[in-house]
Amino acid sequence: MPELGDYAFEVLLAYGVSIALILALVGASIWRAKRVTRALREIEARRDQS
Amino acid sequence: MSLWEYANPVKFMRLSGAVLPWVSVLAGVSITAALFWGFFLTPDDFKQGSTVKIIFIHVPAAMLAINAWFMMLVASLIWVIRRHHVSALAARAAAPIGFVMTLVALITGAVWGQPMWGTWWAWDPRLTSFLILALFYLGYMALWEAVENPDTAADLTSVLCLVGTVFAILSRYAVNFWNQGLHQGASIGRVDAVTGADTAEKVSNVYFYPLALSILGFFLLFVMLVLLRTRTEIRVRRTSALLARERIG
Repeated sequence: MPELGDYAFEVLLAYGVSIALILALVGASIWRAKRVTRALREIEARRDQS
Repeated sequence: MSLWEYANPVKFMRLSGAVLPWVSVLAGVSITAALFWGFFLTPDDFKQGSTVKIIFIHVPAAMLAINAWFMMLVASLIWVIRRHHVSALAARAAAPIGFVMTLVALITGAVWGQPMWGTWWAWDPRLTSFLILALFYLGYMALWEAVENPDTAADLTSVLCLVGTVFAILSRYAVNFWNQGLHQGASIGRVDAVTGADTAEKVSNVYFYPLALSILGFFLLFVMLVLLRTRTEIRVRRTSALLARERIG
């Protein structure tokens, strides 16, 4: 851990919030992609059966 | 071979499916390396102390916040002029990414501003235009959700995107248009920023190289997320079409 001096709170807050927001965006995008792909496969399988 | 071929959803899915894993790996590696380099291996600035490390997130996020809107503008114009659905869906896919980047730029700016300017927020031209840009992103996403017919939604959001471009430009050039406020001008966009003789104004290579890597990483992350989210939007559209067919059948 580098020595952040008097501004440790500000630097850690900036990095923490930013990384959390970006990871949430990536996570939500992947989660929605998987959910939509699964739903589409189910519908396509149903269509192929009928 | 024409670029317009990729307006065909099948061709777009095939190409993006092949490219996506590579872009994802490159984005992950470059952002991790850049932030590690910037956070752990750069020295404190003689004026700003350790807060200078915020630059490795703040600047790339702010650049993406503005450029995501311009990407949406180009995609919206393609929709308006040529009616390619993939471009409208790509614009829709980019909006949440741009919004999050605007939020990151605003938050890191406030956290950086507090110790440097003595305030979290000021109604400075650049800060204010960024806040308005964030509100435009919110409005754009809300409009997509609010209109049921996807083609009408694409038309209306394209018009909103065109109007919002004014604030995207203002966000970029506010410091040049109004020579007032707390926010400094461009640091790395200037010709003499890296090679100039004025060492007090120069961005030291110690900071410039990890910053350049971080900008590259954020850009790759944007490309990765736009591809992923556009693929999802195409699948949502196909799911709706198949469900509608089922109901009719």
